[in-house]
Amino acid sequence: MTDKKFSEDTSRAPVSQRGSKVEMGDPGAIGGLVTAIIDGVEVKVPLGTTILDAARQAGIKIPTLCHHDDLCIAGVCRICVVEVEGQRTLQASCAYPITAPIKVKTHTPKVRRARRNILDLMLANHYGECYSCTRNANCELRELAEEHGVDTYRFGHPEEPMFAMDHSSHSVYRDPNKCVNCRRCVRTCIDLQEVGVLEMFDRGHEIHVATFMEKPLADVVCINCGQCINRCPTGALTAHDVTDEIWAAIDDPTKHVIMQTAPSPRAGIGECFGLEAGHALTFEMNTALRRCGFDKVFDTNFTADLTIIEEGTELLIRLYKALVEKDQTVALPQFTSCSPGWVKFIEHFYPEYLDHVSSAKSPQQMFGALIKTYYAQINNIDPKDIVSVALMPCSAKKFECNRPEMADSGFKDVDYGLTTRELGKMIKEGGIHLPDMPKSDFDDPFGSATGSGVIFGASGGVMEAALRTVIELVMGIKVESLFEHADILPVRGMEGVKVAELTIDKVGPVPDLLKDIVPNWDWLKGATVKVGVCHGTANAKKVMEDIKAGGEMSKCHFIEFMACPGGCLGGGGQPIPTTPEIRKKRAKAIYNEDAVYDVRKSHENPAIVDIYEKFLTDGPCGHKSHKLLHTGYTARGKYIS
Amino acid sequence: MIEPKNKNKLTFATIEVNAGLKKAITLSRADIIGELKESGMKGRGGAGFPTSVKWNLAAAAKGDKKYVVCNADEGEPGTFKDRLILTDYADLVFEGMTIGGLAVGSEEGIVYLRAEYTYLVAHLEDVLAKRRAAGLLGKNILGKEGFNFDIHLHMGAGAYVCGEETALIESLEGHRGEPRNRPPFPVDTGFNGKPTIVNNVETFAWAAAIYAKGGAWFNGLGTEKSTGLKLFSISGDCEFPGVYEFPMGISVADLLKEVGGSDAKAVQIGGASGHCVPAAEFSRAIAYEDIATGGSIIVFGQDRDLLDIAENFLEFFCEESCGQCTPCRDGNPKLLEGVQLLKKGECSMQYLNDLLSLAETMQLASKCGLGQSSPNAFVSIATHFKAEILGRTGKAMQGGK
Repeated sequence: MTDKKFSEDTSRAPVSQRGSKVEMGDPGAIGGLVTAIIDGVEVKVPLGTTILDAARQAGIKIPTLCHHDDLCIAGVCRICVVEVEGQRTLQASCAYPITAPIKVKTHTPKVRRARRNILDLMLANHYGECYSCTRNANCELRELAEEHGVDTYRFGHPEEPMFAMDHSSHSVYRDPNKCVNCRRCVRTCIDLQEVGVLEMFDRGHEIHVATFMEKPLADVVCINCGQCINRCPTGALTAHDVTDEIWAAIDDPTKHVIMQTAPSPRAGIGECFGLEAGHALTFEMNTALRRCGFDKVFDTNFTADLTIIEEGTELLIRLYKALVEKDQTVALPQFTSCSPGWVKFIEHFYPEYLDHVSSAKSPQQMFGALIKTYYAQINNIDPKDIVSVALMPCSAKKFECNRPEMADSGFKDVDYGLTTRELGKMIKEGGIHLPDMPKSDFDDPFGSATGSGVIFGASGGVMEAALRTVIELVMGIKVESLFEHADILPVRGMEGVKVAELTIDKVGPVPDLLKDIVPNWDWLKGATVKVGVCHGTANAKKVMEDIKAGGEMSKCHFIEFMACPGGCLGGGGQPIPTTPEIRKKRAKAIYNEDAVYDVRKSHENPAIVDIYEKFLTDGPCGHKSHKLLHTGYTARGKYIS
Repeated sequence: MIEPKNKNKLTFATIEVNAGLKKAITLSRADIIGELKESGMKGRGGAGFPTSVKWNLAAAAKGDKKYVVCNADEGEPGTFKDRLILTDYADLVFEGMTIGGLAVGSEEGIVYLRAEYTYLVAHLEDVLAKRRAAGLLGKNILGKEGFNFDIHLHMGAGAYVCGEETALIESLEGHRGEPRNRPPFPVDTGFNGKPTIVNNVETFAWAAAIYAKGGAWFNGLGTEKSTGLKLFSISGDCEFPGVYEFPMGISVADLLKEVGGSDAKAVQIGGASGHCVPAAEFSRAIAYEDIATGGSIIVFGQDRDLLDIAENFLEFFCEESCGQCTPCRDGNPKLLEGVQLLKKGECSMQYLNDLLSLAETMQLASKCGLGQSSPNAFVSIATHFKAEILGRTGKAMQGGK
C-alpha cells in the first residue's frame, strides 16, 4: 500500500497543488531534509513537505477544513493559516511547502483572530439547524466553532434558507444552504473521480457549487458514487435517507422485512459507534438488526459467491467463443458489473463498451431477485408482502435498486438500499449500543458464505475470488498450491491499477456444474490469463483510455472495476470520514475476516451448490439464471439535453 | 487616443526603438540580468518585486520550455497608463519582452490583454507583424544564431483578478481565473508548470529603455530604494487628469501641484486596492519604501463623501473577488454592509471594531493580493476620517448593529 494521495496521479489541478509534497523547481534538491521549528518543536522533514504535514509530525494540531488527505491542495478556507517568520502575511499551512529552514507559530493572537473571523464569516452564510442535520454530531464546521470559542454570530446568521435543495437523485441530496465553499466535493468529483459533475459557478460572493446549467443531479452525468458526501465537511451533501420508510415497513405487521448485508458495512459500522476503524462487527450487527425488528438477516456474500459462478461462467463462455469458435464479435476483456457507480460511469462515458460489461447483476440485485422468488416460494410467503432491504456501503446502490429493469421477480427486486451510516442511525434510534451486542449468525437458507464473498469489499476482491474458483475448477488443483493460504496478493492493495497473469499449465476435468458449458478444458491449456483491477473512476478512465488506444489493458481477459477508491470499503455510504488511513484499516478487517472462514472459495459454498440443484436447475448462465440474475445496460452518453 | 493634458513629456518618446535589443544581444545572459540589476528597477505593476531577481530566478530554473508573459490586464480602477504605452510605445514593450526571452532562455512570449482593450488587437498585431518582417521576432533574431523568440496575444475575459499573476496563468491555461497557492512561484512553476516571468507592460517598456540608456542612467533617477521613472494614471477631482511621468519618490503634494489638485481632501493611491491618503499626509513620498503604487492616483475633492468612495470600491471587490478564499469572498460583503450601516449612522463602535478586526484578517489571511488589499481603502478611511464617518445621524454611539 502506498501513502500517496489518491488524487496525485489523476488530478487535473496545477502540478504545484497535487500532493502533500509540493514539487519545487530543482528536482535534485528533493530528497533532502530541512528543519522546521514549529511552536518551538524542531522537526526534520523532506524538502517540499507542507507546514501542515510537518506540524502533524511534530504532534501539533493545526485546524483544517478544505484540506482532505485524499485530495489535491486547495488552500481556500484559510482556517489553517499560521505565522511564518519573515512573512508579512499569514500562510495556509496546508499549501505551503517547506523548502528552506523555517520557523512557524501556529496559534498566535493574530492567527487565532483570523481563524475566529473566518469561522464567523462561514457561519454568516451557513443556514441550518444542527438539531435537524444528519451531520450534527459529525460536522467539521460545528467542531471548529466549538474549538474556537464561537459564542455569537458576529457577522450575522441566515434565518431563512437561501437556496432550494436538490432532492432529485435517488442517491445524493444537496442542500446548498449548508455549503461553505471548501470545494472538497468539486475536487472529489473532478480530481479524485474525474466525473466532473460538480464545479464552481459564478464568482465573488455569488460563487457556488453547481452542476452543468444548474440542472438537478438526477439529470446530469452523476454516477451516484457518493464520494462527495464522504468528503463534505457539513451536511450540504447527504445520501437520500430511507430510514423512515424502513421503520414504517418494520412497524407494519403484514410485511416480512428482510435485510441482506454487504461485506463492507460490517467493517465500517463500528466507526459510527466511536470505535477505531478496522473493527468488524458482523455478528453483533446481526443481533442488532433483529432487535430493530428485521424478520430475517442474510449475508450478501451468498450472492457474491453466486456472482463469481455466473460472471465466471460468462467469462468462460466468452473465452470459448473467442478461442475455440474464433468468433471475432466476442467482447473481451470482460468487465465486472458489481459496482453500480462504475456501471453508470461506463453508461455515460464509454457506452460503446457496454457489451464488455458482464450481464450478471450485482450481488445486491441477484439477492433481491432470489428473495422474491426462491425464498418466497420455499417459505410460502407472498412476495408482495416482502420488503427487501440491502445494507450497502454505497449510495449508488439506491439508484441501482430503483432502475426500472430491476424487477425480474415480478416485483421491485430490492425495495431499499440502506447505507452504513443510515443503519448506524437506526441502531442508535433502537436504543442499541452496537459494540455491546451479543453475536448471532445469519439466517438460513443463505446462511453460509465464503471468504471469497467477504473480500468483494476490497479492491481486487472480486478478482481474487474469481481466480480462486477458476484455478480450482479449470486447473483441478488447490489454490493453496499456487498461493499460500489462497491469498492472491498480486491483486490486493491500494495501487490504482493492478495487473496479474496466470498461466494455465495444466487442466483438470470439467466439473458437473459446467458440463453443459464446455466439453473440456484442453483449449485453455498453456494459455495465460491476464486480469486487471482498478478502483476509483479516475483510474477506470485511465484503463478505458488505454483499452481504446489498444494498450496493455486491452490484452486483459477480465477486469475488475470499482467506482470508489479502495473498493466498496471506501464507498459513498460508509462512515465519515473516509481517508487513506481508514480505508487501509477497513481493508485489514475484511481480509482478516476472510482468513478465518472455513470455506473460502465461492464454488465450495454449500448454499450455492444447493441453489443450482433446487432452483437454478439449468445451471450457471442457464435460462432461469438469465431471467433472474442477468440484466442489460443503457447507453446514456455524456451529452445532457 | 490618449492625449495627456500636460506638457510632461514621456521619456519613452526619446528612446530609440531596438537600441536596447541590439545592445542586449551582445551581452551574455548573466550580463543582461546584471544590467537590469544595476538599474535597480522594481516591478511597475505595483508589488515592487525587483525585476532582475525575478528574471534571474527564471533563468536559473530548470525547464525544457520557459515563458515570458506580459501582464496587460490593466484592470485596477483609475489605471490607464498601460493603454497609452501599448498604443504609442508597443515596440518598446515587445522589445523588452524579447530581451526578457533572451535573458531567461524563453522562446515564447504571451501578451495577456485586457478584454476591454480588444480594440488594440489590430494595432498590436500590426506592430508584431512589422517586427517579424524586420527580423526582430522569429528565428535567429537580428542574425543571432539560436535566438528564437515570438510573441502572441491572448485575450482576457474581463476578470479583474486575472491581473494577479497566478490567476492570469490559470486563465492562460484555460481554467477559471483563480490565484494559485504561492510558493511555488511562477518563475519556478508557471504557465503549463514551466518557469515563467510575468511582468507589467510598463516594466517591459522600461527594460527596453534601460538597455538603450544603461542601468546606471535609470539608477540615477528616483530614490535609492525606488529607482527610476514611473508612469502615473491621474484622475478624479483635479484640473489636468491624464498620464504623467514622474521620478519615483515624488511627494503627494508635488504631484498634486502638477496636476492641479492641490485642494484635495484625500488621494487614493494605488487604485481601489490602494490606500486613501488624507491631506495631512500629503508630504509622504510615492515610492516602494513609503506609499507603493502601480500608478493609479485618484484625487478626491473637498465635497467627496468618503463613505460613497468606500462603498463604490467594496461593491467592486464583492463583484471581482474570485470567490475562492473565505476572507475575501465573505469578508468584502461584510465590509460593504458595514459602510452602508455607517452611512445610515447605524454602525456601533463595537461593530466597527469587529469590522476592522475582520479587515486585518482579510489583509493577513486572504489567498492573494486582491483580498489582502481590498480592505485597504476601508481601513484608511476608518482610520483617518473617523469623525466624518461616525458622525452621520448621531445614532452611531447608541448601539445599532
